[in-house]
Amino acid sequence: MGTAALCATVINARAGGHGYSSARIEYSALSVSHPHRLPSKVAREDEPLLVKAAKSGDAAAFEELVNRYERKIFRLTMNITRNREDAEDAMQDAFMKAYSHLNTFQEDSRFYTWLVRIAANEALMRLRKRRPNQVSLDEPVEGEDDLMPREIRDWGPSPEQRFAQSEMRGILDQVIDQLDADFRTVFVLRDIEELSTEETAAVLGLSVPAVKSRLLRARLKLRQKLDRYMRDRNPN
Amino acid sequence: MNCNRVILEISNYIDGDLDAAMKLEIEQHLQNCGECMLVINQTKLTVEIFCDSQQVEFPQDARTRLHEALQRKMRKPAS
Repeated sequence: MGTAALCATVINARAGGHGYSSARIEYSALSVSHPHRLPSKVAREDEPLLVKAAKSGDAAAFEELVNRYERKIFRLTMNITRNREDAEDAMQDAFMKAYSHLNTFQEDSRFYTWLVRIAANEALMRLRKRRPNQVSLDEPVEGEDDLMPREIRDWGPSPEQRFAQSEMRGILDQVIDQLDADFRTVFVLRDIEELSTEETAAVLGLSVPAVKSRLLRARLKLRQKLDRYMRDRNPN
Repeated sequence: MNCNRVILEISNYIDGDLDAAMKLEIEQHLQNCGECMLVINQTKLTVEIFCDSQQVEFPQDARTRLHEALQRKMRKPAS
């Protein structure tokens, strides 16, 4: 099959034909309950074919890959940089670099993971420029004392029940903005983009224990920061 | 198993990334420690809230600029 024919097949399949329909149905089902998530666990059988076609020079195949992941990559760069302009620049440069270096992609991992690695590095580079003291690739040196929660108490109604949606959005923005970039980046890759610990370690050039340590700190610090809002709202 | 040890294993516990013996030790501790149970539940809830809130808007103008830049790049002969 020629590359143009491949793309036509993919497009037709997305319209409901061939063997792609089950994945599309599953995707729709996932989208209802988690509209923010793309179906990372849904088999994307056409992706290796698209990558091969793009590698052989099929621009339409590469554009299809861009269409598929542009929203997720923008979300990733936005979550890392916390700056709209930097996020757009990082996203754009990531896709440009992916196009230029597509022939170096070994196809032994997911294309998306490879793309995330490029985009995360672009975003981190911009973050380092803007906040040079906040990003480090060193292993964490913090002790355990700072992790231990104090004055633990029941939150009562969940934050989502207690705060209006717009207020909740503002609180979450403030909370994640306050998190150190090192921790935020690991949290974003592991919990929001759903990369494995090993994939996150590879993307950031960290050891697996370092990723686990930062994820633990990120989750506990986010809980702690959210806890303050819960106490402020319900002082009794 | 004490509270400090449980806190250090919270992430692994939430992710189901513990061996059976450690998981059992933690669960036995949780039966008698309401505070650790609260921290675990609140940490899980925190992660869920952040994941569920991820409806980052992808601006149309950013998308347009991305595709225009791609088109320009694709038209250029490979260097």
